[in-house]
Amino acid sequence: MFYLISPSKVFNLIEKLINFINSIFFLLLIVALTFALILSPPDYLQGDSVRIMYIHVPSAWIGLGSFTAIALLSILNFTLKIKNLNMISKSLAPIGLLFTCIAIVTGSLWGQPTWGTWWAWDARISSMVVLSIFYILLILTHKFILEDFKANKIFNILAIIGLINVPIIKYSVDWWNTLHQPSSINLLKGSSSIHPSMLLPLILMLLVLLLYCALIFLMKYKTEIIKIKKKNIKRI
Amino acid sequence: MLTKKVKKRVSLLSILLFLLIISLFFILKSLTSNILYFKSPTDVQLEQDVNSLKKIRVGGMVKKNSLNINDNEIKFIITDFNNELLVSYTGTVPNLFSEGKGVVAEGRLQDKKFFIADRILAKHDEKYMPPELKELMNNDAK
Repeated sequence: MFYLISPSKVFNLIEKLINFINSIFFLLLIVALTFALILSPPDYLQGDSVRIMYIHVPSAWIGLGSFTAIALLSILNFTLKIKNLNMISKSLAPIGLLFTCIAIVTGSLWGQPTWGTWWAWDARISSMVVLSIFYILLILTHKFILEDFKANKIFNILAIIGLINVPIIKYSVDWWNTLHQPSSINLLKGSSSIHPSMLLPLILMLLVLLLYCALIFLMKYKTEIIKIKKKNIKRI
Repeated sequence: MLTKKVKKRVSLLSILLFLLIISLFFILKSLTSNILYFKSPTDVQLEQDVNSLKKIRVGGMVKKNSLNINDNEIKFIITDFNNELLVSYTGTVPNLFSEGKGVVAEGRLQDKKFFIADRILAKHDEKYMPPELKELMNNDAK
């Protein structure tokens, strides 16, 4: 099953995908930004600072989502020992860190006008900081441990331990008193307390940021494959 | 695909994850009071003794028609719909601070019914809507 995604087979496909995303990315970005910054109404309470939400919420979702993906790949890798999965999870880590940091920084910018403070050590925010620390550790293992086999092993173990943090982030606002508001969108019930005119730009921005995430991931994955190829040539 | 080795690793992993979750559950359970960002008026009522030197945060809703602003202080009542706490504060408040909205006050407890705040934070709820809709809803309510 897994030979279908072996690096040599997907290499050409990656090139095509990158070109395709590049061709539609800016168009979608302009559409989404027009909706988010011009066409959507201001909030009844926060005014225009609600527009920070359109970048804050999708990037938090992507930060969480890519860590979940890394952890699940690590579990698969730990049990089945497929080397290719290591390269995928390794390439996902930097973009996940970027989006987690964007979520934290934009949240802080939003907190100043709404809450009246830049920073609060509540459960949601602290657990997001822990997530970014896990990302940094994941990236550092590959930077400091040069032996691939060892680095991958530590990477997988760190990712599996970090998986515990994901439900804590998700449910921190329901379990404990936090300054951060509870989530507006409930996927299980399919309900949302965001007005449809504000939900549309949110979903558009999510799409655009996901595309950006895919773009950076594919570029990173491509360089990883090239690195492996180079190593093999040296060995010959 | 599922050889003996793989099965062994799967069981090892599931045991490890299980232990990790259990231990984390107990750690979080014992840390609850530290994880809570603020106490509700009910939590304050349940406390054994009042330490007026220790800085704490209390939070809840600003009770309707309880906000009283005069020249040198702002007084209001924080409620969680079971218990209430009178708060006195001097200084500026965030824009979103108003009656019927969530609030977190940081400061010192004088007794179980009176709290002097050094800082006021406004809590935002999870609802987002355009202003026209809010007006419509207010008209309906009337």
